[in-house]
Amino acid sequence: MLTPVKSLSAKTTRSTLGRTESGPVKWVLIAIALVFLAFVLLLPLACVLTTALNKGLAVYFKSIQDPNALSAIRLTLLTALVAVPLNMIFGIAASWAIAKFDFRGKNFLLTLIDLPLSVSPVISGMIFVLIFGAQGLLGPGLIEHGIKVLFAPPAIILATIFVTFPMVARELIPVMKAQGSEEEEAAITLGASGFKTFWLVTLPNIKWGLLYGVILCNARAMGEFGAVSVVSGHIRGQTNTLPLHIEILYNEYHFTAAFAAASLLAMLAIVTLIAKSLVEAGMHRQIQLSQSDNGEK
Amino acid sequence: MSPKLKKTRVLPGFQLSLGYTIFYLSLLVLIPLSMLFFKTATMGFPDFWEAVSSPRTLAAYRVSFSAAFIAAGINVVFGFLVAWVLARYSFPGKKIIDAFVDFPFALPTAVAGIALTTIYAPNGWVGQYLEKFGIQGAYSFLGIVIALTFIGLPFIVRTVQPVLEDLDPEIEEAAACLGANQLQSFMKVIFPILLPPLLTGFTLAFARAIGEYGSVIFIAGNMPMKTEIAPLLIMTKLEQYDIAGATAIASVMLIFSFALLAGTNFLQWLSSKRIGME
Repeated sequence: MLTPVKSLSAKTTRSTLGRTESGPVKWVLIAIALVFLAFVLLLPLACVLTTALNKGLAVYFKSIQDPNALSAIRLTLLTALVAVPLNMIFGIAASWAIAKFDFRGKNFLLTLIDLPLSVSPVISGMIFVLIFGAQGLLGPGLIEHGIKVLFAPPAIILATIFVTFPMVARELIPVMKAQGSEEEEAAITLGASGFKTFWLVTLPNIKWGLLYGVILCNARAMGEFGAVSVVSGHIRGQTNTLPLHIEILYNEYHFTAAFAAASLLAMLAIVTLIAKSLVEAGMHRQIQLSQSDNGEK
Repeated sequence: MSPKLKKTRVLPGFQLSLGYTIFYLSLLVLIPLSMLFFKTATMGFPDFWEAVSSPRTLAAYRVSFSAAFIAAGINVVFGFLVAWVLARYSFPGKKIIDAFVDFPFALPTAVAGIALTTIYAPNGWVGQYLEKFGIQGAYSFLGIVIALTFIGLPFIVRTVQPVLEDLDPEIEEAAACLGANQLQSFMKVIFPILLPPLLTGFTLAFARAIGEYGSVIFIAGNMPMKTEIAPLLIMTKLEQYDIAGATAIASVMLIFSFALLAGTNFLQWLSSKRIGME
């Protein structure tokens, strides 16, 4: 139990020789870093919150409760509610296959899974126009049957899934790899079914990693702008997500209303960061616990 | 760790999980992406070349690439400093600041875009002072660089910080024992170790910045030939139903992004090999 604490204190006491810069240098470096961060990160956050409230709370709440704003919030929630669970199931399947088994082409598969992250959001949306658009591959057939995919929620959801595709998998794969598969093998050998093993052995081990991936995936799914903008058609009250609603308000010079809606997403970002830190702490605790378990064995 | 024996078949679900992974990946990523190349291949080379080499397209590429390059460069300097301060010093509020570095990842790009535009507009908090020096913040090339700097910062910090934290103090102690002063120890011992993660972070930030759309379009001013970025040009062509033109521009960008991705993978492989050797 004491091992991690001991090694930690050993690390802090010995690192004096040749390692610490003299006092003034250190504080100057800290000051430059903090000023830079305040300028780049804090200023935008402060700007969103003050502009949202600059006409008072009454105007703020009125612009959030506007029917178009509410329908944008609903569509954003719906999109995340479909996209995040689907990517979560994919993330679990992919990390089970990749972390627990050896097979040829694994690295290539990993690269393919990460691919959507290096595609520009506009291109991510555009590929669905190529499929479902009037001149697209499936477009004419869909129009014949009266099914609307493009400029409707289905395309918005598809584009969001594409953009957030690897976000659960890439967090989960390293966690599952680090866990190894001895515990699962023991459970299977003792006669547990595959599903039971996953539910009772694997899931408790990966819960923090899974939660971490879901939090990041959700933040991106709710905030995606470029890809969704291409496929949405910007029909007010119907195919506007919250970020698109903000764009329209801003371009129509309704600044206070735009920033009021933006403040919701800024708060989502803050909540995401807090949840992320909490989950990181939980992950850290679990690693320390399992290390001390191993030490006692 | 136990030696890896033939354990591949002890656990169930290999075929199911791999099958589902490949199915879902193909359906939602590979097939949609391949549409882009399929469409490009069927449009014929003259049309492709005309779309890709028109002066407006070339100007958009130039704006996108140069602004992304400058922003990534700024972030290498300041991101390195932030990573250094976070990894090696302790000061009040450090944990909160550390978590806050990821703010650009968490904040939707459209929100970042309108906030930065408001700050750097001629009557904004910072823009009014820039104005006095005759500098235009928003609606200019500088505005694009500002937005891309915001977007790219976490990439550098988060690739350099873990390497700095794992740095063995003995290396620097050895350097100090052998008579190196702090500057020498930094330049000759620490910096070479940090070069691969710095390059990786630069490439990641650069790649992200080239494709960035949401945060840029508000602040850029979007003047064709001057402050129009390549993703916006794709958007404009799509809105004009010039799908072939949009596809051509997009496929060039996509090939470049994939080359960058391959570059980062190579860099990471290089640095992991290096660590393995030590």
